[in-house]
Amino acid sequence: MEAVTWIVLVVDATLRVSTPLILAAFAGMFAERSGVVDIGLEGKMLGAAFAAAAAAYVTGSAWVGLLAGIGTSVALAMVHAFACVTHRGDHVVSGMALNILVAGLGPVLSLAWFGQGGHTPLVADDARFRPIHFPFADRLSDVPFLAQIYSEIASGHNLIVYIALGMVPLAAWFIYKTRFGLRLRAVGEAPEAVDTAGISVAGMRYRAMIVCGILCGVAGTSLSIAQNALFVRDMTAGMGYLALAALIFGKWRPVPTLFACFLFAFADAVQARLQGVDVPGVGIIPVQAIQALPYLLTVLLLAGFVGKAIPPKASGVPYVKER
Amino acid sequence: MKRVIVAALAAVGIAVASMTQVQAEDFTPAVVFDMGGKFDKSFNEAAFNGAERFKADTGVQYRDFEVTNPSMREQALRNMARRGAQVVVAMGFAQAAAVETVAQEFPETKFTLIDMVVDLPNVQSVIFKEHEGSFLVGMAAAMASETGKVGFVGGMDIPLIRKFALGYVEGAQHVNPDIEIFQNMTGTTPAAWNDPTKGGELARSQFDRGADVVYAAAGGTGIGVYQAAKDAGKLAIGVDSNQNYIHPGTMLTSMIKRVDVAVYESFSAAQDGTWQGGIQVLGLAEDGVGWALDEHNRSLVSDEMEGAIEQARQDIIAGTIQVTDYMAQ
Repeated sequence: MEAVTWIVLVVDATLRVSTPLILAAFAGMFAERSGVVDIGLEGKMLGAAFAAAAAAYVTGSAWVGLLAGIGTSVALAMVHAFACVTHRGDHVVSGMALNILVAGLGPVLSLAWFGQGGHTPLVADDARFRPIHFPFADRLSDVPFLAQIYSEIASGHNLIVYIALGMVPLAAWFIYKTRFGLRLRAVGEAPEAVDTAGISVAGMRYRAMIVCGILCGVAGTSLSIAQNALFVRDMTAGMGYLALAALIFGKWRPVPTLFACFLFAFADAVQARLQGVDVPGVGIIPVQAIQALPYLLTVLLLAGFVGKAIPPKASGVPYVKER
Repeated sequence: MKRVIVAALAAVGIAVASMTQVQAEDFTPAVVFDMGGKFDKSFNEAAFNGAERFKADTGVQYRDFEVTNPSMREQALRNMARRGAQVVVAMGFAQAAAVETVAQEFPETKFTLIDMVVDLPNVQSVIFKEHEGSFLVGMAAAMASETGKVGFVGGMDIPLIRKFALGYVEGAQHVNPDIEIFQNMTGTTPAAWNDPTKGGELARSQFDRGADVVYAAAGGTGIGVYQAAKDAGKLAIGVDSNQNYIHPGTMLTSMIKRVDVAVYESFSAAQDGTWQGGIQVLGLAEDGVGWALDEHNRSLVSDEMEGAIEQARQDIIAGTIQVTDYMAQ
């Protein structure tokens, strides 16, 4: 019974922690599948987190916050696309530049607007995405197993968690079963073929970056006004890079990427619960060792099980029509 | 003739005014904040409040700098000293190495280091008995807990934070020897002082296991812990500054560390010329640490709790209760 409860709670935490990771990883998938390398996921999330917190605080509405977050993130994505697609700049340089820009701009703007240093004021409860409780969840929580799954795992998350989980099959369907998806994949593998077919390569890549911006915007919003109630400096804490790792881990495919995100989040949830616990036969594991767990897991799996990860052929290569 | 006198008086007036201004300008204190940033609502913000109060009381402007990555500490301290600051307050244990280097380069400049000891004639080291204050809030946690389980979320895993944790554990066990205490550290790098998402997640993991009061000693990360407690309807305990106002109704109390007083005292002693190097240890007896009781948490603290905690405070000062100092072990 104890063990079941433990597992249920860890799965619950995994879902919560993985949400921004899944959204960002899928944002990266759209970008990279179209041939745009995007290490600016971190910056877009951070920008969205700031905009969402600021807008939600000022207007008192979580939805306005979400829109502001998405808007900011899409705008940043467009800058990236302008530099990389239109002007054929280096993708890594542009992405990194945006990351650095946002890392500085967020705190500076919050200082200028709210006068509280590197963070926004606390956002009121009704201006946040609060946990949604399914009907009867409270009453069922004592009934073992199935009811526990319903009341603990399925119920009680904020809206964005459900949005992220719903987005996954939608994105997979989009990429593999629609005309847009086919062209998206083609433009990342063989842009000249797409061009020959009379479809604008730049147009496809811009559209992909808009989708990327929207998803990053939702991810950033979930950090600042769903999981927290304010924006603080560097609050993404490397999550954008972790999402990129999950994407590579998942070989740029939706389902493996989803599981890579779950794996990272699961390792994180487990390490929070293993700290200071007396593991039978081992004793108390030092904090440092436990906190290295997610990274250790990544290295082991990447080296041992995943095999070669091959990116879309044209990713990071600017498309030149004629030479 | 009258005109000449007026002109002369005016000249004297200007001279006097400019002289006082020169004096005021002559004395420039400085403070270098650490990674949490000066608005972390906690440790660094307490120093900021102390410096601001000094500015309001004396009209003396101070210089400040917020360190945003570890390599900036030494540069920041050196810049302050080079630009003529007489006294530089360095916030946080992590600046010890930087203070040691820079204090030797500028033997005329006075350095006040908070939370760590550097043994140099021009360095004043101010350390606090956090374990004593944490003992009191540990008692409060144990008395307020209905499940008999309480939690602790630390920032970076360093001996100083373990010192908070141990005091808290002893305080909780003083009230209820069978109490179960969960401890989590946010990370092992300075980024752990500013990660509210992770802090909130750690707090939730403790609530999942049954804790209903959680104490955060984690700088800016604590904001996430208090938010998680509020969202879950549990109680949280603040640290360093009085943080009861952040979420009135779910902040049980705060462990106050009078960093503001230390900064203020350092500035004004340097101005008076009474500043002295050496080590200052501030505990309950010196009012250097304590627990916060104000209008925001009055309804959460029963008279019985207040009495017991005050009694323990007296006993610790008198020496009848001994709190273990993790760093002295």
